[in-house]
Parts: sequence; C-alpha cells; structure tokens
Amino acid sequence: MIWVLIGVLAVGTLVAKAIGPVLAGGRPLPARLAGVIALVAPALLAALVVIGAFSTQRGIVVDARALGLGAALAALLLRAPLVVALVAAAVVTALARLIV
Amino acid sequence: MARSAGWRRGLRDSAPLVLPTVAVGVTFGLLAAPVIGATAAVVMSAVVWSGTAQFAAVGVLGAGGGAVLAGASGLLANTRFVPMGFAIAASLSGPAPRRAAVGATVVDASFAIAHRGGGRFDAAALVGAMPLQYVAWLLGTAAGALGADVLGDPQRWGLDVLFPAFYLSLLIGELREDRRARLVAGCAAVIALALVPFTPAGVPVVAAAAAALIGLRERR
Repeated sequence: MIWVLIGVLAVGTLVAKAIGPVLAGGRPLPARLAGVIALVAPALLAALVVIGAFSTQRGIVVDARALGLGAALAALLLRAPLVVALVAAAVVTALARLIV
Repeated sequence: MARSAGWRRGLRDSAPLVLPTVAVGVTFGLLAAPVIGATAAVVMSAVVWSGTAQFAAVGVLGAGGGAVLAGASGLLANTRFVPMGFAIAASLSGPAPRRAAVGATVVDASFAIAHRGGGRFDAAALVGAMPLQYVAWLLGTAAGALGADVLGDPQRWGLDVLFPAFYLSLLIGELREDRRARLVAGCAAVIALALVPFTPAGVPVVAAAAAALIGLRERR
C-alpha cells in the first residue's frame, strides 16, 4: 500500500509541476481559477499547522507542542533561519515534556 | 554561452540552501521512518521530492489516517506547483517534453532563485539549482531515517512538533503581504479544528482546503 501511495504522489507531483509548462506557451490561467489555486497552499498549510500542533487521535489538545510552535513562530517572526526555528521548537517541546 | 552561465548561477545561488534542506530532510527521515519504514522514506524522497507533500502524507498516516486520505492531502499540498508551473511557462522554450522536464525541477528554492523579476524566469538557473537541492534532500532523509532507530521515540526529543513548525515557516511566507491569504488561512484553521473531534484523521486537512474557494471572488 505504501508503495502505491509513493507512486501516486510521485506521478501527482510531476503532473502538478509539468502541466503549466506543457499546456501554456505563455498563456495565463483564467483569473478565478488562478485565484483559487493560489489560495490552496495557505489554506492547507494553516490546517496542517493546527492539526499537527493541537490535535491527537482523540481530539483537540493544547500541550507541550503549543509551546514549541510558539518558539518557532517567535524565531520565524524575528527572521531567524529555518534551522534555528526548527531546533527551537523541538528543544522547547522536549523541555516542556521533561518539566511537566 | 548564456545558458551555461545561467546554470552555474543557479548552482551557486542554491549552495546556501543546502544546510536548511538537509535539516528538513533529516526531520522528514526521522519522522517518516517509524511510520512507513526507512527504505520507503528514502525512496519517497527520491521519487516524490516535495517536502510539503511528503510531510502531509506521512503526517496523515502517522495520525492514524488511511492511505487514500494521505494521498489526497499529499496531492492537495502539491497543487501550489500548478500556478508556479504556469508562472514559469512563459519563460520556457523548446518542445513540450523539454518544457515539462524543466518544470519538474521546480521546488520552492529553485523557483525563487530563477525569478528574474517581473514574472520572468531563467530556465537555466532553474535547472542549475536542482542538483544540490536534490542531493541535500536525499542525503538528509537517509541520515534521518537511519538515525530514527538510534534516537528512539521522536516525541521524547520534541521532534513531533517539527511537522507543524515546518508548515508554519512555509505559511508565514505565504501570508506576508497578502490579506486574503490570511483570511483563508484563518478559515482553514477553524474548519480543520472544528472537524477533528468528528472525522477520521486526514479529513480535516483535506476539507480545510475548501477555504481556498474564497479565491472565486474577484480580487479588488
């Protein structure tokens, strides 16, 4: 099953990347469609952030991950490099779990 | 030749991004190996080569979601490559297979590196930025996947927070200077959290993508 999933994702990624260059010889997308497509990324990313930080298999929780995410947010808003933000998030989360 | 200069420029400009790419690759390997196995994690990075899609798919599997939902959220995560592909299309020449091949080298980093302002792109720089990005991503994943056994439970090291923290970094980039994207992101977060208690894992993320339909309204 996992290999089918990987294959589907590989082909899907290739199609998503190549469809524009193949179809459009410089022609833009219809404005409304382009508007929706451009907003899929922020919608999806926002959902992935809150699901990854505030949910478990049983429901919504606020735990050590919220603190770690806060650390990452602070680092990113201060324009720290991605590596620094990721390390800060993991360290804060791990420390919070040790203390609680 | 202008083309080889563009290629070298793409290669050179992508060098500073090797470290962050390795770091995210290590993160993916660490988190994915316990869920799908080390071999599958490395193969996935080799043939999919899209951090967002891979994190999205493995995140759904790790949360107990099925393969169909994992595939759906991975594919949805990749829809952002569609407008990027149309954006570079105007700057590509040659027959369709050749344009498709150049399009396949697009990742966030190469897209930014090859942008020459005003919607114009340097196709040679796009291709030149690929090798270092690809190798860094693959080696990072392999290191993370092998390290997963040594580290044990990712939660002990706070590594589970790296999924949302990585998405957050991409999200902040999307939200800077775009008010409508902020509205969409807010709606999507509410939809996702509201569905968590009632639906199987993976459904909230896919459903939240519907917030993008706000884009049907004409931009003022």
